[in-house]
Amino acid sequence: MTDMVSSPDMPGILEARGYRAALEWIARRAEAFVIPLAALVVGMVLFSLFILAVGRSPVQLYETMWRGGFGSWFSIQNSLSRGAPLLLAALCVALPARLGLVVIGGEGAIVLGGVTAAAIGVVLNGAPSFLVILLMGVGGAAAGGIWIGAVGALRHYRAVNETISSLLMAYIAIALMNHLVEGPLRDPASLNKPSTQPLSDVYRVGNIPGMEVHWGLVVGILACVLSWLLIEKTRWGFAARIAGGNVRAAQVQGLAVGPLIVGFTALAGGFAGLAGMVEVAAVQGSANGSLAAGYGYTGILVAFLARHNPLAIIPVAILLGGIDASGGLIQRRMDLPDATVLVLQGMLFIVVLFSETFYGRFKLFNPDLWQRST
Amino acid sequence: MSGTHRRAIGVETIGMTMRFGAFTALDDVSIKVPAGSFHALLGENGAGKSTLVKCMMGFYHPTSGDMLVDGHEVAIASPRDASALGLGMVYQHFTLVPSLTGAENLVISREKVPGIIDWRKERAALAAFMGRMPFKLPLDVKVAELAAGEKQKLEIVKQLYLGRNFLVLDEPTSVLTPGEAQDVLGLMRGMTKAGDLTVLMISHKFHEVTAFADDITVLRKGRLTGTGKVSDLSHKEMAAMMIGDQPIAALDSRAAPKPDAEIVLKVKALKAPDRTGLKSINIADLGVRSGEIVGIAGISGNGQKEFLEVLAGQRAHNTGEVWVRGMPYTATRAEARELNVRLIPEEPLKNACAPKMTVAENIAFRTFDVDGNGKPVSWISAGAIKSFSARLVQQFKVKTASLSSPIASLSGGNVQRAVLARELTGEVDLLIVSNPCFGLDFSAVAEIRARIMKARNAGAAVLLMSEDLDELLELSDRILVMSDGALVYETPIAEASVQTIGEHMAGHH
Repeated sequence: MTDMVSSPDMPGILEARGYRAALEWIARRAEAFVIPLAALVVGMVLFSLFILAVGRSPVQLYETMWRGGFGSWFSIQNSLSRGAPLLLAALCVALPARLGLVVIGGEGAIVLGGVTAAAIGVVLNGAPSFLVILLMGVGGAAAGGIWIGAVGALRHYRAVNETISSLLMAYIAIALMNHLVEGPLRDPASLNKPSTQPLSDVYRVGNIPGMEVHWGLVVGILACVLSWLLIEKTRWGFAARIAGGNVRAAQVQGLAVGPLIVGFTALAGGFAGLAGMVEVAAVQGSANGSLAAGYGYTGILVAFLARHNPLAIIPVAILLGGIDASGGLIQRRMDLPDATVLVLQGMLFIVVLFSETFYGRFKLFNPDLWQRST
Repeated sequence: MSGTHRRAIGVETIGMTMRFGAFTALDDVSIKVPAGSFHALLGENGAGKSTLVKCMMGFYHPTSGDMLVDGHEVAIASPRDASALGLGMVYQHFTLVPSLTGAENLVISREKVPGIIDWRKERAALAAFMGRMPFKLPLDVKVAELAAGEKQKLEIVKQLYLGRNFLVLDEPTSVLTPGEAQDVLGLMRGMTKAGDLTVLMISHKFHEVTAFADDITVLRKGRLTGTGKVSDLSHKEMAAMMIGDQPIAALDSRAAPKPDAEIVLKVKALKAPDRTGLKSINIADLGVRSGEIVGIAGISGNGQKEFLEVLAGQRAHNTGEVWVRGMPYTATRAEARELNVRLIPEEPLKNACAPKMTVAENIAFRTFDVDGNGKPVSWISAGAIKSFSARLVQQFKVKTASLSSPIASLSGGNVQRAVLARELTGEVDLLIVSNPCFGLDFSAVAEIRARIMKARNAGAAVLLMSEDLDELLELSDRILVMSDGALVYETPIAEASVQTIGEHMAGHH
């Protein structure tokens, strides 16, 4: 049946115009900024109470934290370096989240991606460097992609809870890495800390010119921008948002939900695997236990603070990188253990999760509830 | 409490007002339900019926207004106060524990249950109590094994057992067959006539109101818009009180059916497990021709949902086949697009929309991935989605503050309009609809039924599943009855009898 009643002129009542439209546009988006920022502030206030309880000054602490994270060019570069792996780790949470999945096992994909990349670098020793680095990246991403893609497949085809399976698979991945670096892939020269053979210098990823920050930062930012384009501007992203918003509606529309879930989780795992590769090629020089440094878990916090928006992940990851970077200075200046920043992260996470309950509650952010003058 | 036999009580509200923030849900409503009367409360969705009732039952604390029971002013601060005064409520959906027997359900529902229950004594007391009731019910059978009508009776008996003599019934017959509804309401009517009970019934069904109620009160937008004796009022007058003077969409006249038109949907020997996995649905043979509406009647839970899910590709089937226009059909997006199949599940916000996505995005669900010529595109354009949706919103008169509002912010009728806009635009060869008007208000219902009839007249084959027999009788060319997973009865609309359909729905054949 065709309905031919359409009139060409747009209905003026539907969309506000000019100043009012701009206000509505801002209001609809402001919520996603204001609530996480408020959560951040509340988390910092709670953390101040903790600091007071151990007999230190919160003001001095935040001041030190600022200096350690962003107070000088040196500390900014340090923060950027620490934020780089968080960008990719956070994507491993944010992409599945857009499909309604809570994947928290990015750590496993990072670890496997790192080991795979290190193994490729060792096996292909002697080949042209650009080729080896490319293959290390592809291999690392593939390892992570298969790992998290399997989580997605288990979820969709066998109804296994993805949160639990991804977490448990992270433990398996870490055990697998330990087995490999202590066994088949072990460099006999690594005595105290079992590692794979060090990559030769030509296969190392260097720094961005003019900065003491490795190229992983650029890779991470690119990945965030591409992910944002994928979700917001392509039909696959739109389909994923439908499936994430209501899987039944997606099925009724005949969308291939299974392939979407497997595809997005595999891509998410691929980014985490790439983070592992960057960690090996740019920081460690070999795969070892340091790969399981908790980036995968901090990435969860970053993704939730960013509301699973890939563009918002960029500033949040750098902020969290800064907090991480200030740990050393806090330890030296204030005589607090460097795990203090973990307490802050934990408090922030609780407050951020709690803040999720406030979305849609404020009239200010909801133009539908405003008095209409027209 | 089950021992004393109290008489019916009268209830009155004076100037009841309830505000939620800036929104006035109930505005100065006074209603009088004399002892021993059967009173109907009418109104569209959102008219304030349930708000009024919740104020009376102590779930809400009204902003202002008083409540009288048997002429005395009372303060009802909580549902407990209401029940102490003998006020009780029967909900639309059952509140019994399915795994317990009727007797157990009655005893545990008491406010004070002894730590150790002396079942012999309780049974004797129950037998004496049931002896005074006009209802005959097996109390030693698990509630899960009772028919819907029996469960509804047990709900009512439970209220009486708890000593309540003023009952609010919230759309009590929506889950019953026509025969069961007659039975239950007839018994209630008898008890009010005898002066044992006062009933306030919320209803949408005029024929029930006319048959059983003494008086009506009508609410619209939170205000009292009419009251009177049922015997003085026609259905038309009641409808006018309910909806005011807004226009009601007229149903297209039914184009003459073509008995030799192409069979668009064909289902043969289809078997699929139901959601429990214990039973299965079994559709032996079903054909829907172009230009006809085939209605499927049935009490909910007889396999309609599962059948719909198979047609939607959400549920695998064991054996059998589904064809659309001669092609095997598995409900992929490509097939649905190629064969012009549209499916509108019930409760559209829950089953056909992403509630947090915008109105514009939701309207674009079917078409976002193709360009104007039906070619797949990789990049989508927010601008194109908006202008496409703006056109449909206008055509289908969807009331929304903005195209960027989340679709969950729309009223039920407007969500359904948006979904119809999405699914009825363009060529439709097969339309599968389930309970399209469930929970919608009067004018939305009329408009949505008109749209479905229009699609039929334009040549679509329509399969309409509905729990509302009136809707099926109004729209269908043929009615089939689904019971226990199978299609058990078929009748052309000209020969359809509510009585016979009802008996097949209840599985009496």
